[in-house]
Amino acid sequence: MAQHKVNYLQDGGAPIALTTIDKIVNFGRSNSLWPLTYGLACCAIEMMATGASRYDFDRFGTIFRASPRQADVIVIAGTLTKKHAEYMRRLYDQMPDPKWVISMGSCANTGGMFNTYATVQGADRIVPVDIYLPGCAPRPETLQYALMMLQKKIRKETVFRAIKKKRLV
Amino acid sequence: MRKYSPKDDVQQKSYFNDRFYVTPSLPKTCPSSDETHAEDIKVFGDKFNVIESYIEADNLVIYINPKANVDAIKFLRDELDYDFLMELSAIDYIKDRGGFDIFYEMLSTSKHKRIRLKCFIEEKQELESVESIFKMANWSEREMYDMYGVNVKGHHNLKRILMPDDWYDYPLRKTYPLHGDETAQWYEVDKIFGKEARDIIGPEERDQAAVDRYDTTRFARLGHEVDFGVDITDGKEPEHTPVSYQEEGGVKLFGKRLVKELKPEDSVTLDKRR
Repeated sequence: MAQHKVNYLQDGGAPIALTTIDKIVNFGRSNSLWPLTYGLACCAIEMMATGASRYDFDRFGTIFRASPRQADVIVIAGTLTKKHAEYMRRLYDQMPDPKWVISMGSCANTGGMFNTYATVQGADRIVPVDIYLPGCAPRPETLQYALMMLQKKIRKETVFRAIKKKRLV
Repeated sequence: MRKYSPKDDVQQKSYFNDRFYVTPSLPKTCPSSDETHAEDIKVFGDKFNVIESYIEADNLVIYINPKANVDAIKFLRDELDYDFLMELSAIDYIKDRGGFDIFYEMLSTSKHKRIRLKCFIEEKQELESVESIFKMANWSEREMYDMYGVNVKGHHNLKRILMPDDWYDYPLRKTYPLHGDETAQWYEVDKIFGKEARDIIGPEERDQAAVDRYDTTRFARLGHEVDFGVDITDGKEPEHTPVSYQEEGGVKLFGKRLVKELKPEDSVTLDKRR
């Protein structure tokens, strides 16, 4: 036992890291954010580039999942048309709680340059959005930054809150 | 160059009255000026009633009776060797003439010539489908129906192609507002949440430059975070909201520092790259 003897006088006395439930749960949640494989327009190309080897989303624990049942995050990457809005909302509804939304690019944020009859003027008319990422299209670095901001946001959340309804529904 | 005129009263008076830009039209020449087209129009004119014909930008343009469109296109394909139907659509002249100009752009790969076959139909008049002659007309006629509401007869699957099936009105008509009519503006809200949610969600923000800095439900305030949806107008905004993050101050695990804390006074700026 001598070699592996615990030195109770070192490091506050024990090989135990003390933390709070909030921190350990949020540590898990924020470092394994699984976004939905879901792209709408040119922003999706940047999202794919972010996932590929040069920018490497995986090192944030972010792995794209092809099913909304396994996803925590939905990145609305591109122009959300009125025809498609219904299906986007359906995908969001299928995701299990807790779930977050990143609105990527001008089109998803406000409708962008498509100030027309066929485009949803901001994805927040359909789903509650956590992070608005500006740009047309945003570079992969900025999507990484948006994800890091989302991680920060998640780390501040408390686990024991009753699930507070976000805006809408 | 445009003639100069002094514009001292430019604020009072409007100098340009055109509501929309009107493109200058290209010069039109007689079909006999081109050898191939002269022969085409002669053969074609023997069989069909040509209302008007001219050459514009090397294209032979022929106006015919809308009832003859199927026969005319079949004739152009089989007899005159115009083997491609490149494009077909409508032009809205409802205000001026109460109907649409339908155009069929055709190309001959053997003669290297193009023909534009045009006809005028009333707003509610039926137009015979040319889908049986050119498969390409299938989607083009659906688009024409979707965008202009042209009543195409004999199409095997005439329904909207771009807009949703329950869309109201035809968006490419000149009378259609760019931002959509009322059903269009509330389309996604009505469909997903129902009409009763209109009050909660509110009308669309069509001002591209609109920013509401007191909106705490939608705008991030990095470094100055406040709780979701609180009122921060009229001096209720906190001076500074200190927020501590988990990774600030470094990360310590089992007594070892995995990530060092940043001390700005100890950091060094390199003069050149290592």
